[in-house]
Amino acid sequence: MELDPLLLSRIQFAFVVSFHAIFPVFTIGLAAYIAVLEAMNYRRPDPVREKLSQFWIKIFAVVFGLGVVSGIVMAFQFGTNWSNFSYAASNFMGPVLSYEVVTAFFLEATFLGVLLFGRDRVPRGLHLLAACMVALGTFISSFWILSANSWFHTPAGVELVDGHFQVTSWLQAIFNPSLPYRFAHMALASFITGGFVVAAVSSWYLVRDRNPRSSRMALKMTVVMLAVATPLQLVIGDMHGLNTLEHQPIKVAAMEGHWETKQGAPLVLFGLPDSSAEKNHFEIAIPYLGSLILTHSLDGEVQGLKSVPAEDRPPVAIVFWSFRIMVAIGLVFIILSWAALVQMLRGRLFESRRLLTILSVSYPLPFIAVIAGWFVTEIGRQPWMVYGMMRVSDSLTPSLSGWMALATLIGYIAVYTVVFGAGVYYLRRVLVQGPESIEESGDSDSARPKRPFSALNTGFDGETQTARS
Amino acid sequence: MESIDLTMIWVVIIGVAVFMYVLMDGFDLGVGILFPFAPDDESRDLMMNSVAPVWDGNETWLILGGAGLLAAFPLIYSVFLPALYIGVFLLLAGLIFRGIAFEFRFKSEKSKHWWDKSFNIGSTVAAFAQGAVIGAYIQGFDVVDMKYVGGAFDWLTPFTVMTGVGVVTGYALLGATWTVLKTEGKTRDWALRMSERLLLGVFGFFIIVSLWTPLTKPFVYDRWMNNVEWLWLFPLLTAVVSLWVWRNIRRRHEVIPFVGSMLLFAFFYIGILISMWPYAVPPDYTFWDAASAPGSQLFLLIGVLFLIPIILAYTAFNYWVFRGKVKPGSGYH
Repeated sequence: MELDPLLLSRIQFAFVVSFHAIFPVFTIGLAAYIAVLEAMNYRRPDPVREKLSQFWIKIFAVVFGLGVVSGIVMAFQFGTNWSNFSYAASNFMGPVLSYEVVTAFFLEATFLGVLLFGRDRVPRGLHLLAACMVALGTFISSFWILSANSWFHTPAGVELVDGHFQVTSWLQAIFNPSLPYRFAHMALASFITGGFVVAAVSSWYLVRDRNPRSSRMALKMTVVMLAVATPLQLVIGDMHGLNTLEHQPIKVAAMEGHWETKQGAPLVLFGLPDSSAEKNHFEIAIPYLGSLILTHSLDGEVQGLKSVPAEDRPPVAIVFWSFRIMVAIGLVFIILSWAALVQMLRGRLFESRRLLTILSVSYPLPFIAVIAGWFVTEIGRQPWMVYGMMRVSDSLTPSLSGWMALATLIGYIAVYTVVFGAGVYYLRRVLVQGPESIEESGDSDSARPKRPFSALNTGFDGETQTARS
Repeated sequence: MESIDLTMIWVVIIGVAVFMYVLMDGFDLGVGILFPFAPDDESRDLMMNSVAPVWDGNETWLILGGAGLLAAFPLIYSVFLPALYIGVFLLLAGLIFRGIAFEFRFKSEKSKHWWDKSFNIGSTVAAFAQGAVIGAYIQGFDVVDMKYVGGAFDWLTPFTVMTGVGVVTGYALLGATWTVLKTEGKTRDWALRMSERLLLGVFGFFIIVSLWTPLTKPFVYDRWMNNVEWLWLFPLLTAVVSLWVWRNIRRRHEVIPFVGSMLLFAFFYIGILISMWPYAVPPDYTFWDAASAPGSQLFLLIGVLFLIPIILAYTAFNYWVFRGKVKPGSGYH
């Protein structure tokens, strides 16, 4: 069988970036949550809240460490597998990615150590500042990354000269048209991810009658935040979709499963898109609703996939289904967070064991939704690397052979399985141990190095005092 | 000629960033290379603790080097990475395994020996891959129309294997002299013995590279034989400093061996740059051919000039906080 380096490189990039993405998406939200906890604690010191903050800082340290390690790989993927693209787009990509290193890594590296180890060593205000700066660092980092990513979808501020992108306006290139929507959508996704993980862990403890004070405090805070954030995400998502319709109508056609350009397009609820037959099988659709959502008018015209040649269309089925998975999870989030809010307002949240049980197993959902969302937007960008300007097939490293791409793909899968298996295994131990067992560790180990994971007291495999559940 | 000035500035910035990386990650990779040879587990704990607070800051320079190359010299980025494809994978896998070992080793009991191996093999593979990159740079690349057209293993030749092993030896020397600086008692005594042997090894590799390179690369031969005499100052300095380091290892001095070893690395580095100048992607492309658009170089330069001093200050502060000898039991946990 002939190994296709293009397909294998796409799979490899999808694998390493999906794996990497789940860590920052979680840490951005969590860093903000920790900063809020620290700020509240600064105004009104409370030992329970401090323990809660310590506990989540522990979790943050592990996840952040895994994000850093998988991020190093990302810095080299463009060069190893997409060197033609790297060379062509270097004038824009190079400075943007470098700015991420010097603006965000600097903040995070400086203040992470203070956040992790400085509670008893620096003034309280400085510790709070460290928590805020780490949260700010994660935001700055995601700003640069999403600026570069948005530019793939809505390139601006550049012109192609002999196959080389030249920047004509840095302002337009960095603040390209889809950046504000993408950034808002991702930031909210990070809050929702962090919120559901905190809610799930707190509910898990409450169902087992463990750590009741800190868990109730955490759950109440997150329920309020989620009840606001989840409906807001629906609105932001809709605006992001309209922005996509303006700049990448064919991606939206794939998301909606629209083959024909028509006025009064239906909303396809279910169907099996078939690219060779250019239609959906077993379609279930609501008439006119598609046009109403996309154009906010019953007989608005919606462009279909068949308006462009087949070679300019993305793979339809995976975009169509990923979109439905993302939206469905988003609706589940709204229902869950409002159910929790109503119970909370009735004063019965902590007695609603069924709701708490459902919440306690909800933690994978935001990660699935985020990856599904990335699939929608990135696979929907195909066959373009830079939308309308450079094709994916022209971006590949010319010297790359199929077996090389396959060998490193297998290699990355093997390395990540070992390393992240160990990380997740360890994270589970921290969670099972819980916030109450965090020792009021004095300052016996003042020479302790500033390392993310060394903020933890939990052993990797030894006999730690693990509460049995 | 604004663009020429900018390119030259970026040669200096990237040159310094790469050298910072080589020096700083060099000694902590070296500690990993020496790990299995340490006298006992307590020594290993001490060695790891001595680099734990600083190693990830050290590796940030690698990321800066990677992103900076894409920004300032995209041709280097888009030729080296495809040409060294398999080597880059090994480098990253090595760095991941050794990085994660820092995190988990101190929390392990039953699985501790696995994290020891992970740290040692990861460090050694990463060091070898970096040495092979230097060898491949000297060797040159098969480039047509700004694109690498060679094979997957063109980089793996007797010459690059030699430079790879040479860098493993050199990093081990940095690691050993660092251990002399940071530890006491039996760990330091062992590190002194290792330093002496490794110094001889490094000097041996220096002689081999110095003969092999000009004999196979006519333009390098030309540079050294038919050019200004002051170039010969560097090999002379290398020999003098090697002798100085050797005498001070014998005298059991604790600081000079590390400082002298870093100086040796500086001379090797400058020697290679002089030999290869002005080629960024040998044998055909200079740094000016490899440069990005002046506007891009300028846009990043503004931020970097402002931020690099801050990063350097933080790095210096971090080393200051963790200065002095590492004491048993005062480490991680």
